[in-house]
Amino acid sequence: MKTNDFLAANFRDIHRYEDFFSSNRRDFLKRVGGGIVILVALNDVVLGQEEAARPRGGRPGLPTDFNAFLRIGEDGRVTCLTGKIEMGQGPITSLPQMLAEELDTPLDTVDIIMGDTELCPWDMGTFGSMTTRIFGPALLAAAAEAKVVLLELAADALKVPQAQLVAKDGAIFDQQNPKSRMTYGHLAKGQKIERHVQAKPALKDPAQYKIAGQSHTRRDGEAKVTGKAHYAADIRVPGMLYAKILRPPAHGAKMKSVDTAPAKEISGVQVVQDGDLVAVLHEFPDVAETALGKIKAEFDVPAATVDDKNIFDHLLSVAPEPRILKQGGDLDAGKAGAAKKFEATYLNSYVAHSPMEPHAALAQIEGDKATVWASTQNPFGARDQIAHAIGFPAEKVRVITPFVGGGFGGKTNNAEAVEAARLAKASGKPVQVMWTREEEFFYDTFRPAAVVKINSGVDAAGKMAFWDYDVYFAGDRGSQQFYTVPNHRTGSSGSGFGGPAGAHPFATGAWRAPGNNTNTFARESHIDMMAAGAGIDPLEFRLNNLSDARMIRVLKAAAEKFGWKPAKGPSKRGYGVACGVDAGSYVAAIAEVVVDAAKGAVQVKRVVCAQDMGVVINPEGATIQMEGCITMGLGYVFTEEIHFKGGQVLDTNYDTYEIPRFSWVPKIETVIVTNNETPPQGGGEPAIILMGALVANAICDATGVRLYQLPMTPDRVKAALQKA
Amino acid sequence: MTDTIGFKLNDKPVRLKVDGDRPLLWVLRTDLGLTGTKYGCGEGHCGSCTVLIDQRATRSCLLKIKDVKGKEVVTIEGLVRDGKLHPLQRAFMEHDGMQCGFCTPGMILTGVSLLKFNPQPTEQQINKGLEQNFCRCGAHVRIVKAMQQAAAEMKGAR
Repeated sequence: MKTNDFLAANFRDIHRYEDFFSSNRRDFLKRVGGGIVILVALNDVVLGQEEAARPRGGRPGLPTDFNAFLRIGEDGRVTCLTGKIEMGQGPITSLPQMLAEELDTPLDTVDIIMGDTELCPWDMGTFGSMTTRIFGPALLAAAAEAKVVLLELAADALKVPQAQLVAKDGAIFDQQNPKSRMTYGHLAKGQKIERHVQAKPALKDPAQYKIAGQSHTRRDGEAKVTGKAHYAADIRVPGMLYAKILRPPAHGAKMKSVDTAPAKEISGVQVVQDGDLVAVLHEFPDVAETALGKIKAEFDVPAATVDDKNIFDHLLSVAPEPRILKQGGDLDAGKAGAAKKFEATYLNSYVAHSPMEPHAALAQIEGDKATVWASTQNPFGARDQIAHAIGFPAEKVRVITPFVGGGFGGKTNNAEAVEAARLAKASGKPVQVMWTREEEFFYDTFRPAAVVKINSGVDAAGKMAFWDYDVYFAGDRGSQQFYTVPNHRTGSSGSGFGGPAGAHPFATGAWRAPGNNTNTFARESHIDMMAAGAGIDPLEFRLNNLSDARMIRVLKAAAEKFGWKPAKGPSKRGYGVACGVDAGSYVAAIAEVVVDAAKGAVQVKRVVCAQDMGVVINPEGATIQMEGCITMGLGYVFTEEIHFKGGQVLDTNYDTYEIPRFSWVPKIETVIVTNNETPPQGGGEPAIILMGALVANAICDATGVRLYQLPMTPDRVKAALQKA
Repeated sequence: MTDTIGFKLNDKPVRLKVDGDRPLLWVLRTDLGLTGTKYGCGEGHCGSCTVLIDQRATRSCLLKIKDVKGKEVVTIEGLVRDGKLHPLQRAFMEHDGMQCGFCTPGMILTGVSLLKFNPQPTEQQINKGLEQNFCRCGAHVRIVKAMQQAAAEMKGAR
């Protein structure tokens, strides 16, 4: 079965698969109907001790549960079962490439099932650029182990020593007698083999890759251009109702009274009140919406003290003492030795995830079993939250993740899935919850507003003499600079995932490369300021102060592609440089902008971006992620900031919250810097971290005026130019 | 109030007994089960709900079902003819003109309408024509390439 059919069947025809796979994962292994099943845990065997022990997403290291399943069926088809989900970033294409490569089987024999908590092994969630980087090695290990099993079976069947056998194109050959061969399907036939990966397997040298390392267009392309791709809100089950939920006018508001009677006057409306959850259900969502509008409710709204203007002062006033992340040398000595000193404060506002698909879920409860189709980045987290909310054991809750219409870190809370499950339980009917765009803005876990303060200096030779850095509320990621500075200190206050109580008036959370967008904006802006102050070309200044070979390489690659000609800033050319590290990848970019001083409008004409992400599985897919980062990043650079008054979110739709459009998009040129010595690193996040400083530096190069706050709206650009 | 509304949907005549004031988007998605048309913002900003009405790209979230009476409505599901993808659909696949794919149906139908009325658009005209369709993943450069390829292939046909 083709991947698309498999996925589609998995959504539409669940019962068929329930006959096939049992409700219990352990049973599933017994009842899988034959073939070869490989299990592998994301532990030190696969990842190395350091990586396995590293805390992630609040979890102390990785669980010892089995994280990857690979099955070779009796028909020779290979299935990758993964808890990862597809939200546009492309694992639906790249994971089968990895699997096919390591197993030596044609790519079109590989199917993939994603994000189904009943069929797939536990997974912490699809975020942090971990799919290829962390899950990838487990999948490769499973494939390598499967090949070992196949070689053993073939040696037995063909009666030749294993050493004489070789795997190729989905079959095992006898090297001395190429006509003596057995396909994987033949070998799997009649078998019921279950293997656990026990030792770190020998893997292929990426330099020998033939399937991985090649560009492939998206496997889900046809489903997505024909409207056949199903998202959570597209799932239909008989008798389902659509819910619209009563919302408070502001975060922190408490309901004083509610009168649902007028809503009940509309034919077919069912009102559910379950504690604080008040919802209207109807067979049509638009009628439910109309009915919701008839509910009369009064709320106590706490007085607003913070807003989008005073938030930065507020954050600094509640900030805990920064934790020291890194320090070395002697800051006082550095200051004494500095020929020039630089001090600045950088700000960025709350930014929404704003995926085009609003959060949606459909919950169906049959007897003691709940099935929830959810638009989520962490189906297993959703399963546990739902189980807790409706009082079911986790194994009686199945979360199925159809295609997710964008996430960017914003689809990890699963509130809509919990709401759907609670309403399904209360009403006895399958219930779909799909947030309106207004709810999407209201309940988003925004990228936190944050402040960075930097003190630094250069010596007479243009070398960095000291670096004193504090970030407040953005988080640690990307805060630790990579330049060669003898005297340095890096501190981080609060967290990028909420901070102390009272810090933010609403929920905040991970947003594509969490923390790193803010940290890289501040650091790379400041580096540029130092270069200009020292009278040195900004690229040369960076190279002079770097010893990290990977960073030097990406900078040089970007400069070469751009055709960089050195000049000290501001050169009036409108060129900007920035570089950074994220999720193990190194990235550098150079941009050209044109500034319309009268309007404060900035047009980015060209961006050249070079990235070293280690071994690349799907170069086209990786390129698309770089392009997507650059394009999406223009939003937080120019327009995106949440306006609010206390817990009231004033942006309710795209009329006031503007995201990037076609006319904004520059000419984008990308360079993948080949690095087969490093295993695959993150590809979906790194390039976006550069955008703030890249554009700020280019604006400064064009005008001589530096902007210290994101987004750089026309009003802010105009104000800065007028002040200068 | 229930009305009887007849129109042509994806080349087939339909007659519905519905409240004529209901939005076309929700009638398509729920009553008719055509879920390729997406809800993105409900206020006509984003273009995810775009369908063709008499060949023109139109936002179905802002349109009442009674307003399509006697008209010809095409959703993404109706773009495939005789089992063949529309050239723009193929071009989207070949250029990876999508990531999450949620904006794709609206984007393609807007593109089809643009090519219908301007078969050889310049890059600037493509940008302008698609400006009000939002893509959050940043597939824009790919979508423009797909439009150019489809325009070159179609030469004004279809």
